[in-house]
Amino acid sequence: MALLGLLAWPVLAAPAAPADMAERMRACTACHGSEGIRIDEGYVPRIEGKPAGYLFNQLVNFREHRRTHATMNHLVAWMSDEYLAAIADWFAGQEPPYPEPAEAPEREALRERGAQLVRSGDPDRDIPACQACHGERLAGVRPNTPGLIGLPEHYIAAQLGAWRIGRREAAQPDCMAAIVERMSERDVEAVSAWLASRALPDDTRPAAGPVEDPPMRCGSVERPAS
Amino acid sequence: MSGGVRLWIVPAVLLAVAVVVTAMLTNGRDGDRAEGYGDTRTAAADRVERGKYLARVGNCSGCHTEPGGEPLAGGLALETDFGTFRTPNITPDTATGIGDWSPEQFRAAMLRGQRADGSPLYPACPYPSFTHARAEDIDAIHAWIQSVDPVEHETRGHDLDFPYGVRALVNAWQWAFFEPGRLEDQDGRDGQWHRGRYLVEGLGHCNECHRDRGTFGAVRQASDAPGGMIHGWYAPSLNSPDEAGLQRWSTTEAADFLRSGEGRDMAMVGPMAGVVFDSLQHLRTDDARAMAEYLRTLPTAEIEASGYRARPSPETVEAMMERGEALYSRDCADCHGESGKGDDGVGALAGNRAVTMQNPANIVRMIRRGGFPASTPGNPYPHGMPPFQGYGDRDIAAVATYIRQSWGNDAPPVSTIGLAE
Repeated sequence: MALLGLLAWPVLAAPAAPADMAERMRACTACHGSEGIRIDEGYVPRIEGKPAGYLFNQLVNFREHRRTHATMNHLVAWMSDEYLAAIADWFAGQEPPYPEPAEAPEREALRERGAQLVRSGDPDRDIPACQACHGERLAGVRPNTPGLIGLPEHYIAAQLGAWRIGRREAAQPDCMAAIVERMSERDVEAVSAWLASRALPDDTRPAAGPVEDPPMRCGSVERPAS
Repeated sequence: MSGGVRLWIVPAVLLAVAVVVTAMLTNGRDGDRAEGYGDTRTAAADRVERGKYLARVGNCSGCHTEPGGEPLAGGLALETDFGTFRTPNITPDTATGIGDWSPEQFRAAMLRGQRADGSPLYPACPYPSFTHARAEDIDAIHAWIQSVDPVEHETRGHDLDFPYGVRALVNAWQWAFFEPGRLEDQDGRDGQWHRGRYLVEGLGHCNECHRDRGTFGAVRQASDAPGGMIHGWYAPSLNSPDEAGLQRWSTTEAADFLRSGEGRDMAMVGPMAGVVFDSLQHLRTDDARAMAEYLRTLPTAEIEASGYRARPSPETVEAMMERGEALYSRDCADCHGESGKGDDGVGALAGNRAVTMQNPANIVRMIRRGGFPASTPGNPYPHGMPPFQGYGDRDIAAVATYIRQSWGNDAPPVSTIGLAE
């Protein structure tokens, strides 16, 4: 089952998705709101406009229980690769308005640490800068790297925390697992707060990829090549 | 086959039986026969291929694969009234799977409920159905299993309540409840019907879920028994046209329904979506039609009342209807329509037996957790239902009661007490 996602990728482009995907996706957009999410409440990430390859990988990960979220695991349990690819394509093409950023964290030191990790990383502890892979504008990089803009603080913190405790995994080598292992809990807090507080870049679309000279190898970045 | 002229019936039946027997003897045996005459490698490959198909029909991987796990490597937890069973690894790994089982040992397990060491298998494995299968079909499945990649995976043992953990008790269970052996041919039924019965009652083991079990966990034989519960869902009875019965469907409609997972403005969801995804969508056309034909002819029965009985007072029902109507127009009507008629691809609620059948477990699950039917070649991009996680028990009971008692629907109300059950 786990291998199916990989093997089936080359044939994915074949069938044309139906024209009324918006109707079919109402089970999804009930939470991943078609009018954009509210950043200061809830625990739902913005998925619209993210690179299709990234979204497809996540849907497969939910189906194969590499990512654990009871509702997501249940919803995609019996979906074919073709359907997951159609869903990924559809959401990648959506551009609902972005939510307002959350309030900036109050403490100066936390803010500085967050800004440092995002922009330059921490060379002493081999933590690469977020921008090195997720793009100068942090809007993601096609085809497989998600943006980090417009996400609630708690969501970012929880995902990093999930990697730390092994609840979230990605294809090997799992670079995010390695990075989070090198971060302190305060680092997680600093990065999450700083990212959620940033003003949006003028261009919110993912950058053309792939990342040149990435600081480390990432299984998810290398596949699937679309 | 059944001619209108009475005189012709007897010879016609005899001829039909002869055709059936011949069909049964030759069906899928070409590979075996070729073995003696020609290229044995081709014959062996044919057997593996046939076994792979039959294993799909029997949906071995549905239970013997845990979510996200390697196929057939076991580990799925089955919650039952007797405790938690964990399915074993049936890959051909010798240490943790069944790699060292002989074809005879595999037959003994599937047809007689015996493990390799001779001890009895718990009937959580549906061998009371598999026992109706032909030995050569079982051999083909074994050949296929031996051909897949072995996976080393030690599965946890069962956690059963006392005294069910005492395996020797299963000997007594088998003596009392287990009837091994093939089903006898029935007069007046053709080859297609017998093939359908073979798949439905044998490898397909439909009634292991679609019929309730008695005190000792044996599937009840009475056709008016309600369906069984699985993973919190109700598997509706195949004997009732008001539940999952296909008696009023045409063979083509029913066969398409089995393979695509949708039909007549209804779709299979919950654990049955998994059965469609892993098993039924792979049915050959002739087998889907055979199963449909057999299911159509199952005797219809008025299903006896199951354990669920909600009897809220009229005042409570009135309040629930009011609350349900408000919630429905806010959250549901946009897709399902103000009068419950549904829309292109969105299920109608008015007149839908999934809404009105006595046991409301499935609509409650559907409101709370949402879900998509399986994507299949016949229904590649199904519509889905969002989960309403923000709903409390009172909200769910109210909406469920509202849709069961509106637009001509006339089903018992759903109470919050019932939800707990």
